[in-house]
Amino acid sequence: MWSFFHKLGSPKWFYDISGRWLPWFAVVAAALLLWGGAWGLLYAPVDYLQGNSYRIIFIHVPAAFLAQSCYIMMAVAGGIGLIWKMKLTDVFLKAVAPVGASFTFLALFTGAVWGKPTWGTWWVWDARLTSMLILFFLYLGIMALYSAIDDSQLAAKACAILALVGVVNIPIIKYSVEFWNTLHQPATLKLTEKPSMHPDMLIPLLIMILGFYCLFAVLAIMRTRNEILERESRTSWVRALVSGGGR
Amino acid sequence: MHLKQGPQNAIRSVLLSVLKRDLILAFRRRQDLINPIVFFLMVVTLFPLGVSPEKSFLQQSGAGIVWVAALLATLLSLDSLFRADFEDGSLEQLALSPHPLFLIVLVKVFAHWIVTGVPLLLFTPVLGIMLHLNGEQIYTLMLTLLLGTPVLSLIGSIGAALTVGLRVGGVLITLLILPLYIPVLIFGTGTVEAVSSGVAVTGHLSILAAMLAFAVVMSPVAASAALRISLSS
Repeated sequence: MWSFFHKLGSPKWFYDISGRWLPWFAVVAAALLLWGGAWGLLYAPVDYLQGNSYRIIFIHVPAAFLAQSCYIMMAVAGGIGLIWKMKLTDVFLKAVAPVGASFTFLALFTGAVWGKPTWGTWWVWDARLTSMLILFFLYLGIMALYSAIDDSQLAAKACAILALVGVVNIPIIKYSVEFWNTLHQPATLKLTEKPSMHPDMLIPLLIMILGFYCLFAVLAIMRTRNEILERESRTSWVRALVSGGGR
Repeated sequence: MHLKQGPQNAIRSVLLSVLKRDLILAFRRRQDLINPIVFFLMVVTLFPLGVSPEKSFLQQSGAGIVWVAALLATLLSLDSLFRADFEDGSLEQLALSPHPLFLIVLVKVFAHWIVTGVPLLLFTPVLGIMLHLNGEQIYTLMLTLLLGTPVLSLIGSIGAALTVGLRVGGVLITLLILPLYIPVLIFGTGTVEAVSSGVAVTGHLSILAAMLAFAVVMSPVAASAALRISLSS
C-alpha cells in the first residue's frame, strides 16, 4: 500500500503504468456508455408523468455526479499536494479542472433542456441550479488562477488552496434541494434508501454513471500524461521516449 | 524591556501594533478610504436611474441593491489589502516573524473591515431612506451587513493573498472570490425579504452569524497559507 503511495510521487512511474491502464478504461467506458445509453434511450419504459423527455436523465444525472466528485477529487488532490508535496497531484489538479468544468456545463445544459418541457422554462433561479452555476464559476476561477501564475509549482499550490476553500460549495449543492423547497426534484439516487425508480430505469442509469466515471478516468489519465510530458520535457526519460518513439 | 515580556504579551503587542499601523496608513491615504464609499453610493444610485425610480420597486429590491453595492465596493478595496505591504517588503518581514501569520492576517483583515466595512454600514440608513425602505427593514439590513461585511472581507483576504504577487490581481480576485460571496448575498438579502413579509428572521441571522464564525476560524489560515505561496515566488 505505502509503496504504491510512494510510487505515485514519481511522474515516470505513473506515465508507464497509466499507459497500460488507459486502453482498459477506454474499452470499459465505451462499452458501458453504449450499453447504458442504448438501454436508457431506446428500451427503458416511458415515464408516466414526463413521457419521453425524462430520458435526458441518463446524461444529466451522471454529468452532475461527475461535476461534483471531480471537484472533490481536485480538493483532495490539492490537500495531498500541499501536505506531502507530491508532483503528481499538481499535474492532476491542472489536468482535471477543464474536465470538471465541462461536466458541470453539460449538467447545466442538459438541465436547461430538460427544464423546458417539464417546468416550461429554460432557467430558474432555484437553489440547485444556482449552486451548480457557482461550481462552474469555481472551476473557471481555478483555471484562470492557474494560467495567471507563471511558475507552475506555485500555481499548483495556489490552486490547491482555492480548491480546498471552494469545497464548501459541495455540501450546499448536495443539500440545496433539502434546505430550500424549490422547483428542482429531490435527489434521484440515495445510498441509504431503497431507490424509488423502476429497475428498468435505475439499472441503465447506474450503468451510465459508471460509464461516465470510466470516461472521466480516461480523460483524466490522458490529460495528466500529456501534462507530465510537458513538465518533464527536460528529463532524460522523456527525451528517450520522444526520440525512441516508444510507448 | 521586550525580553522581559511573556510570549502572550509579545503577540498581543505585535497584533496591536499591526492594527495601529494599518489604520494609520489607511487614514494617511484618504483617497483609498473614500473611493469605495463613493463607489458604493454611486452603484446604489445607478439602480433607480437605470431600472426604475418607482417606490414599490425600490422597496422590494432596495436591500438587494445595497448588498450588491456593498459586495462590489468590498471587492474593489480588496486588492490593496496586502499589495502595498507586499511591494515594500514589510509583508515578508511579517511572514518571517516568529508570530503566527494567521493572527497577523486576521488583524489586517479586521483593520480592512474597519476602514471599508464600517463606513458602508454607516451610510446604509441614508441609502435605506432614499430607497424608501421602512425602519424595520433598514434595521435588519444593517444587522445583516454588520454580520455579513466581515465575512466578505475575510473570504476576500484569501483571494487577495493568492493574487498579491500578480500584475492582473484586481480582475482575478473578482473571478475567484465572487462565487464564494454568493451564499452570503443570498442569506443577507433573504433576511430583509423575510422581515418585509413578516417572517421571523432569527434563523437567517443565525446562519449569517455561523458563516461569520466559520470564516473567522478558517479564512485567516487559508489566507496565510496563500500568502506564503505568493511570497515564495
